[in-house]
Amino acid sequence: MATAIALDVNGRSVTVTVDDPQMPLLYALRNDLGLHGPSFGCGLAQCGACTVHLDGKAVRSCVTPLAAVGTQKVVTLEGLGTPERPHPVQQAFIDEQAVQCGYCINGMIMQAAAFLATSKDPSEADVKQALAGNLCRCGTHLRIVRAVMRVAGRG
Amino acid sequence: MAFAETSRRDFLRGTGALVVSFTLTPLMTSCARGGAETRTLAPDQVDAFLAIDARGGVTVYSGKVDLGTGVRTALTQIAAEELDVPLDRVTVIEGDTALTPDQGVTSGSLSIEKGGMQIRQAAATARRALVQQAAQRLGVPAGDLVVENGTVRSRSGGQQATYGELLRGRTFSLKIDSEAPLKDPASYTIVGRSVARLDIPAKVTGRFTFMQNVRVPGMLHGRVVRPPAIGAALQSVDAASVKSVPGLVKVVRLGNFLGVVAETEWGAITAARQLRATWSAWAGLPDESRLWQHVRDTAVVKNDVTSDVGNAEQALPRAARRLAATYDFAMHTHGSIGPSCAIAEIKDGTLTCWSASQATHDLRKQLATMLSMPERDVRVIYVEGAGCYGRNGHEDAAADAVLLARAVGRPVRVQWMRADEHGWDPKGPPTLIDLQAGLDEIGLVLAWSSQFFVPQGATGDVELLAVGLANLPGKTGLNPGGILNDTAIPYGFANVRTVAHRLATTPLRPSWIRSPGRLQNTFANESFMDELASAVQADPIAFRLRYLDDPRGAEVLNRLARLASWSGRGSGRRETGDVATGRGVSYVKYELYRTYVGAVATVEVNRKTGVLRATHFAIVHDCGQVINPDGVRNQIEGNVVQTLSRTLKEQVTFDRSRVTSLDWVGYPILTFPEIPTVDIELVDRPTDKPWGAGEPAAAVVPAAIANAVFDAIGVRLRSVPFTPAKVLAAIRAGS
Repeated sequence: MATAIALDVNGRSVTVTVDDPQMPLLYALRNDLGLHGPSFGCGLAQCGACTVHLDGKAVRSCVTPLAAVGTQKVVTLEGLGTPERPHPVQQAFIDEQAVQCGYCINGMIMQAAAFLATSKDPSEADVKQALAGNLCRCGTHLRIVRAVMRVAGRG
Repeated sequence: MAFAETSRRDFLRGTGALVVSFTLTPLMTSCARGGAETRTLAPDQVDAFLAIDARGGVTVYSGKVDLGTGVRTALTQIAAEELDVPLDRVTVIEGDTALTPDQGVTSGSLSIEKGGMQIRQAAATARRALVQQAAQRLGVPAGDLVVENGTVRSRSGGQQATYGELLRGRTFSLKIDSEAPLKDPASYTIVGRSVARLDIPAKVTGRFTFMQNVRVPGMLHGRVVRPPAIGAALQSVDAASVKSVPGLVKVVRLGNFLGVVAETEWGAITAARQLRATWSAWAGLPDESRLWQHVRDTAVVKNDVTSDVGNAEQALPRAARRLAATYDFAMHTHGSIGPSCAIAEIKDGTLTCWSASQATHDLRKQLATMLSMPERDVRVIYVEGAGCYGRNGHEDAAADAVLLARAVGRPVRVQWMRADEHGWDPKGPPTLIDLQAGLDEIGLVLAWSSQFFVPQGATGDVELLAVGLANLPGKTGLNPGGILNDTAIPYGFANVRTVAHRLATTPLRPSWIRSPGRLQNTFANESFMDELASAVQADPIAFRLRYLDDPRGAEVLNRLARLASWSGRGSGRRETGDVATGRGVSYVKYELYRTYVGAVATVEVNRKTGVLRATHFAIVHDCGQVINPDGVRNQIEGNVVQTLSRTLKEQVTFDRSRVTSLDWVGYPILTFPEIPTVDIELVDRPTDKPWGAGEPAAAVVPAAIANAVFDAIGVRLRSVPFTPAKVLAAIRAGS
């Protein structure tokens, strides 16, 4: 039975119609709303490629049922910044060339942005700990840490 | 010179732009469906690689594809440099079988070394032709003309013509001339610079289209349902078990190939989970706890002697001192963060497939064979996926999509789930290596003898899972990749014999994973070199230099000693409580003809817990001419971190029926708190040939770690991965 669910995504009110309200948010973002930021990596909350912000908190959209989102504001990588006006974390990833294949990068940026919003003056060890649940297979870790520290250094 | 008019070019130019912007729908509908080639793809033709439009825009057609290594940016640099046009005037189309020449699989660190040099020579031929054309048109001798920003002008100023004006939308119709003069590297302004990667702004803002993001009109979603045991036969399917799934289109069964197709992705996932099927029992895998004995006992189909100098067999018994050691290296999975994905559409007798395959031209042949279709009716279009590091599951997902699309008569997207990727992508085969050496009375190496136990086969088409499951045409033998490379050694010992015993079978379907064979072989060779150096109490760098008749190799090792402030064995050794620190060296001349890499690893070993951490790597890297220094550094960092992960943590686990390491808990990889620091020195050789950088630095990592562990605690680790349990066992065995 199709159910209409209202969402606030990247500052826009949208409605998605789904057969199963238990469907994870990730599939609504990718298939119903056509977003490319959140990626499918594992569907098990083990890798972080699907990370989005719910009311500013980094969550794994691959295991977040659509029915549980409610009125929380969803922000994806697209909503964080644009190529013309990137978010400081996105700009830092460009400045440090902190990408290889880039498939995990959505999660790295979303996790780091949520972390930096609440952490003043983090150490490098703090940053590594904050990203401990995000996996990268290309081995871009060194650059990712440099990019996040570049933003942390500003605050 | 012969510029030829062509009506098709204008048509294609439009579609080319659309390909670049990833607007796939117009491409699909406006360009010839299926595989028909609509432009010349002959690899001896300039037109196969290059087109210049009337406004001077350059399109590069590359059979080599960017697998997330940044090679698209590097190829753009090479073409822009050789043609003397600004970077932003060049676009690159990759791996579309209807548009790009077949330059072979994107593997083996050959995209720049081979693929890039074909493009460079095509550009040089094109540039010379354009200058000659300008000379005729302007009435100025070619020698008095210069090219700047895609405009040919006379040195004295005044007369000029742009590339666009000279070509007027025509093709070159020109053979690539291997003698066409290349630009003097001293004049380079684009090659050799750390140009920012072209794809990063889109990737960090969610504007990039990965394969996993592609959607085509009318598309359905498919999922495959794999057998619970690798060789199980499908006995029955209960289609009624998924009747309740909204939007279910079809349950597809072809022999042992089972899949579901639904209107929505979540519907397909739900149906695949819910579908009840009965399979026969199968338990044909070896006992995991006896894997190495199984490998040793596997039938040998032939012996490949990869080097034979002097007479090692006769020399070994004469040695004053003999050493022997056995090394093994576990099976690994590629572990792409994005599981494999593909879309297939069959319409009007032609097949179009979108895939992140590293070998779209080969995949085209495999899909045509599978469906018994003419190759000309198949088109495979590359779209970048997550990093693949070799032949992972992309080709298999493509075949899955093709079978499901054929069954429902609509385009189908197949996205593998995590367990599909971990469980069913082909694996790096288990590698077992026996080494022996003899030393003479004064401690010189008299003989070296090695035996490798590795599967038969080379780099070829890895059999598609769907072919085997559905019993379709296209069965192939084992294709583990070029795993004999670096079985032979770079050192000039008087007696050397290196032999590979090629095994009839290997437990799981094999393929190549980053630095295939070279990684495992270099692990054993360079660990054993350290054992020899230690046996004669020699400094491991000095010991290698003694046997290296190769100035470039020697320069790498000498620079490495400086970069790492190396001053002999034990120089880094420290002990604090239970934790001992040590340093180890490793060296490779990749495949004995190209990229040189030297590494010093620093490790910390906890004697009580067995936990091993690599805290630092110093790397010196000589890949000849560097196209993009930051790009090479990015690859080296990636090689170090990824291979550290493989060395410390990774192994595919299995029971008698199937792979059991099906997710990131069962198959852990390195996490942020565990990463080392890395110092890199690039040997800059702008006037030399460029060699690959995508793999070679991986090869030195495991031995550098093992040798550092020996430095720290005097214990040899000869079995990858170096898990805490194995470290503790080695400590117990050593004490």
